[in-house]
Amino acid sequence: MRFALRRAAALAGAGLLLAGPALAGCGKSSGSSPAPAGTEPVTLTVNLFGDFDYKPLYEQYKQTHPNITVKENITDYDTHHKNLKQHLTAGAGLADIEVIEIGQIAGFQGQASKFVNFLDQGVDPSTWTDQRVKDASSADGKVLFGLGTDTGGLAMCYRPSLMKKAGLPTDPAALSAQMKTWDDFVNLGKTFQTKIGDRNVHWFDAASNVFNAIVAQAPQGMYDASGNVIADTNPDVKKAWDQTVAAIQAGESAGLAAFTPQWNTGFQKAGFATITCPAWMMSYIKANAPDTKGDWNVATIPGTGGGNWGGSYLTIPRSGKHVQQAIELAKWLAAPEQQTLLFKTKGHFPAAQALWKTDDIINFKDDFFDNAPVGKIFSAAAENIKYQPLGAHAGEFGNAIGNALVSIEQGKATPDAAWQKAVADIKNIAG
Amino acid sequence: MAVLADARPAQRQPAPPGRARVSRWHRLDLTVSPYLYVAPFFVIFGVFGLFPLLYTGYLSLSGWREDQDGSRGTFVGLANYTRLLHDQFFWNALKNTIGIGIISTLPQLMLALGLAHLLNYRLRGRTFFRMSVLVPNVTSVAAVTIIFVQLFGRDYGLINYVLHLFGVSRIDWQAGTWSSWLAISLIVTWRWTGYNALIYLASMQAVPFELYESAALDGAGRWRQFRSITIPMLRPTILFTVIVSTIGALQLFGEPLLFNVSQTPAAGGSQHQFQVMAVYTYQTFLGNGKYGYGSAISWAMFLVIVVIVGINLTLVRRLRGVEGA
Repeated sequence: MRFALRRAAALAGAGLLLAGPALAGCGKSSGSSPAPAGTEPVTLTVNLFGDFDYKPLYEQYKQTHPNITVKENITDYDTHHKNLKQHLTAGAGLADIEVIEIGQIAGFQGQASKFVNFLDQGVDPSTWTDQRVKDASSADGKVLFGLGTDTGGLAMCYRPSLMKKAGLPTDPAALSAQMKTWDDFVNLGKTFQTKIGDRNVHWFDAASNVFNAIVAQAPQGMYDASGNVIADTNPDVKKAWDQTVAAIQAGESAGLAAFTPQWNTGFQKAGFATITCPAWMMSYIKANAPDTKGDWNVATIPGTGGGNWGGSYLTIPRSGKHVQQAIELAKWLAAPEQQTLLFKTKGHFPAAQALWKTDDIINFKDDFFDNAPVGKIFSAAAENIKYQPLGAHAGEFGNAIGNALVSIEQGKATPDAAWQKAVADIKNIAG
Repeated sequence: MAVLADARPAQRQPAPPGRARVSRWHRLDLTVSPYLYVAPFFVIFGVFGLFPLLYTGYLSLSGWREDQDGSRGTFVGLANYTRLLHDQFFWNALKNTIGIGIISTLPQLMLALGLAHLLNYRLRGRTFFRMSVLVPNVTSVAAVTIIFVQLFGRDYGLINYVLHLFGVSRIDWQAGTWSSWLAISLIVTWRWTGYNALIYLASMQAVPFELYESAALDGAGRWRQFRSITIPMLRPTILFTVIVSTIGALQLFGEPLLFNVSQTPAAGGSQHQFQVMAVYTYQTFLGNGKYGYGSAISWAMFLVIVVIVGINLTLVRRLRGVEGA
């Protein structure tokens, strides 16, 4: 669910930002004195980035808990996490439930004590993979402060109609067979560009998305296992950079920076043939380009077949007024039934690992994606995710390199100059 | 002194016997209440102006950063400021701020002067025109910028469409240094020209009509009158607007932030080409959680503003000395 921002939400967030400190206290939950979960009417606030498609679930929850009303506040990814950090430091302005994205979770490990410890609340950590648990735990592992909601195991979404036009296979298995490695992917893109013969159609949407996917499959990305920044020295990062730059230079990138209006238009107007695709991206595509139904399919991601992009945690700040009710709601939202439902109705793939083997998930096919066996594909993708050490600024480093790639796409910088700039940015953020 | 006392006749009235208590209250009222009247401003300024200023100063000497536990309250002396001197991103931000500041402020003030001159004529529906120029200023920064971002859109923006009619190829306004500076300056100019025009207009109306009359008798045309009477008479006002606009330009924040349509609005473009000082402060302080260093940038920005306003003040004053002679 990473970056699943709607333009409107981003703008609303920016508006709030400009309104400044006057609104700082707005996220606080309403209601009176703390009371045990009972019948007293309680309004719980939930702060999200992008739409988690929780609204129908709140209605369902209200049927068994008539006294609980849930109020959602959606801002964009950047603003949401900035606000959360700021509010935690200030000790005010926090919602009852705050979500944290996987790329940001490491930055909150040091503040684990400010959140409810789910280990004290009867939560079984074996629900998730060890990595997911470790990422949302304090350094000593005694506090688990996040409930994993969804997982961002990667696949490759593509447009069969464009593949057909370029004379490439439209069948996922046949296509996957032609792009086993990332070099294959870049070479196939060259073929695509020559055969498609349309300068407004490209092999992929944005270089940064391809780069992130390649790096996500490496054993180490931006940090090493002992928490040192290696973003600028890691050969895997540089290799991913070089592969991506080669693709840009072959004209394969549509140059549509992710989560911009142009990017959204690219989905609607078939401006690109492939996009790196965690399960939540399916939800984004459906919401953003409903008219393209049927002209999508899902192939295996090149490389290791693994890699992760996104996925989130539910957390509960301890300073809230309705902590007990919030715990109940969060546990319910993260429960297997709800995770399965969210996958089948919206496309958010469960974080709970036991679900990856259930028939309900494995046999699920999505007609929006030409009946692709998405349950099977994303289960395999989730199984293939290898542990990669996270760090507080991993997301910011990724964004800095992403911007450098954008400057090449824009034709404003040479690859060397752009890389130097990215390295300087990384040093500035880490130092 | 006598005049002053006369201005407060109540004090002179002898207190009626037996009402000394009331009189004491009365005297207290006279001495204390003026302070109470001005207090709200100073209390609000103290809470939202002075305290943050001083606290930021304190923070700027600390090594507090969000990604290091226990760094809160550590004293690092001037380390943050020495780092600033070698921070290429700070100098880049300073350059961008000054660049955008110049191309947004200079044309804007000249335009405002011309506009005020036109509005000073006897026009039909004069009040309507005078009020209309202020309308852009009462709109919100966010709303205006969002609309301009649409206009400056690369693929479907109106501006590129119009340019296309004249054979200019599509411009990615956010991508280039000059194109982004121009676009941001246009947003600023659009919002503030009317405001400055009204200030000039008010000042123009205070210019004695006789001056124009005698100049006209001497055979001076409209342009000559504008140059030799209006502008010299307006100098104090110009001084004021130059200072206020300079401060505004150096504190520019909302426009460049919202102009950057991407995942990283605070980066100020793919190569930080329009990342201004306030945005860099915001990115460092809240984005990267470097509270100490972010505060130091904030203070440096304050000092930069003081210096640049000082330079402008001298320049405009000198202008006055030369031409006024």
